[in-house]
Amino acid sequence: MMTNPNGIVTQGQFSFLPPLTDVQITAQIKYALGKGWALSVEYTDDPHPRNTYWEMFGAPMFDLKDPAGILMEINNCRKTFPNHYIRVMAFSSVRGVESPTMSYIVNRPKNEPGFSLVRQETDGRNIRYTIHSYATDKPEGERY
Amino acid sequence: MSQLNSNNETMKEGKDRYKAGVLPYKKMGYWQPDYQVKDTDLLAMFRITPQPGSDPEEVAAAVAGESSTATWTVVWTDRLTACELYRAKAYRVDQVPNTGEGTKTEAQYFAYIAYELDLFEGGSIANLTASIIGNVFGMKAVKALRLEDMRIPVAYLKTFQGPATGVIVERERLDKFGRPLLGATTKPKLGLSGRNYGRVVYEGLKGGLDFMKDDENINSQAFMHWRDRFLYCMDAVNKASAATGEVKGHYLNVTAGTMEEMYRRAEFAKSLGSVIIMIDLVIGYTAIQSMALWARQNDMILHLHRAGNSTYSRQKNHGMNFRVICKWMRMAGVDHIHAGTVVGKLEGDPAMIRGFYDTLLDDHTPQNLEHGLFFEQDWASLNKCMPVASGGIHAGQMHQLLTYLGDDVVLQFGGGTIGHPQGIQAGAVANRVALETMVLARNEGRDIWNEGPQILQDAAKWCGPLRAAIDTWKDISFNYESTDTADFVPTATTSF
Repeated sequence: MMTNPNGIVTQGQFSFLPPLTDVQITAQIKYALGKGWALSVEYTDDPHPRNTYWEMFGAPMFDLKDPAGILMEINNCRKTFPNHYIRVMAFSSVRGVESPTMSYIVNRPKNEPGFSLVRQETDGRNIRYTIHSYATDKPEGERY
Repeated sequence: MSQLNSNNETMKEGKDRYKAGVLPYKKMGYWQPDYQVKDTDLLAMFRITPQPGSDPEEVAAAVAGESSTATWTVVWTDRLTACELYRAKAYRVDQVPNTGEGTKTEAQYFAYIAYELDLFEGGSIANLTASIIGNVFGMKAVKALRLEDMRIPVAYLKTFQGPATGVIVERERLDKFGRPLLGATTKPKLGLSGRNYGRVVYEGLKGGLDFMKDDENINSQAFMHWRDRFLYCMDAVNKASAATGEVKGHYLNVTAGTMEEMYRRAEFAKSLGSVIIMIDLVIGYTAIQSMALWARQNDMILHLHRAGNSTYSRQKNHGMNFRVICKWMRMAGVDHIHAGTVVGKLEGDPAMIRGFYDTLLDDHTPQNLEHGLFFEQDWASLNKCMPVASGGIHAGQMHQLLTYLGDDVVLQFGGGTIGHPQGIQAGAVANRVALETMVLARNEGRDIWNEGPQILQDAAKWCGPLRAAIDTWKDISFNYESTDTADFVPTATTSF
């Protein structure tokens, strides 16, 4: 069990808010589309803070400009991976950015065991730190 | 100084021009109203308060002269050089609106000066500044002098590394997109032991902040030596990261008396896995550039605290405008710089601060007199530098902060986190909830400037820590008139 104030992994833009409704998610999709950003859906069962590459639920939807269609993709992903972390990301291709511009979690496992901190005592008082996800002790796909 | 009242034009090159003796700067070639500015010229704009009775064009020529090739008297050795090229040229002088006769302020002038690119060593802020602000601020001919803005040519910018990490890569490394970052400065700033200090860091980060921060004068004092601070802070950072699943950081201030010691501290920070280190502006331009190179080589974000800047940036008639510091620091290569809050306890007119932020973040800043940007500036793909808003801000101002400052900023709530009545974690929760609520509402198209207070009240219904924060600081604001405002704006802007 996680002991931070929310008791959940707080990555992304909106993890401190109550879970977003489909209406709220759609509003965020519209905001991104209005900026000309491409949306994508990604999922993982390894929420380590430095696990950059979550699995893509298809490529970023460069050509899909319909918020309802994008919400449908999100919901397809939720149906396929009901116990995974799922995030919506937006990508800007504008020169000088060319990077993600939004990232928020729209699905998460019912129980989030969190992470342990492994301290390796080294020279003198120096310590090397490793953040270890309890869930990843099990093989992929069997974690939550 | 009778020469200073001369209206004579530039003398032709030749024997007479170089006769031993003293010539007005205008006659020596430092005033050229017809000069055609080159794309490769470096431009500077000074606010000049001449001595009473002096000819402003002559004073502008004197500034151009003394910040380039001139000395007080004619020297024949000029003739051994391409002296006409190397002379800086004052090419435009405008009286500052609302100064001079009939006003409360003595006459001031905006003087525009062009400098040949070859006058400057590539990649050296020290060399650039030794010319531009090296001598002229003490000249008797000027009663007061302020460097307002500069246009750095692309050719010169390309000789600088720029921010070690930059906003884009910083966000990628931290895995934080689409919202301002949240930080807090550890308080009290002096006196905590390393162990107690790390406690504050841990609570703030676990509660929901992205960064905690050393203050500018936390180095290595009797109550807490630097290694202790680094060790305890990094335990706090990593423990909070494990507790939340987020990348967290603490700006470890490596400011020290020598470069050798700063490198030693930076290396130790790196060995402990810190994502970010911090330096103070007072270490000097060359030291800052060296630390920026080190940071680029060592995958480190470099935070700069602008300690000391107000000694020369605040008064309107003398010193330099902070926007110039922003330009130099983006060139020097820092990733973060404190650039004002608008609504907090430190000086800042909203339009001026917008100008600072644009200078740090834009690929290209157009001329914008209302924001104090006197020159168009192409940033030549130099990385972007993240502005930091710190000092007297709290969760109840979130709608104002987001409106004024946008997404690319670190909002630092020091007292607003640590002084929370329910504790530091609760303070962090209040700030993070206020932020996420406001970003969500803005993205939904709501008018957060007007609806902001209600949006916060609604969130406070389900978030007790936010409720407590709003109740505690609801009446706190810092309403003083700014000393530094644009002189081209028809109506004065208000500071909140």
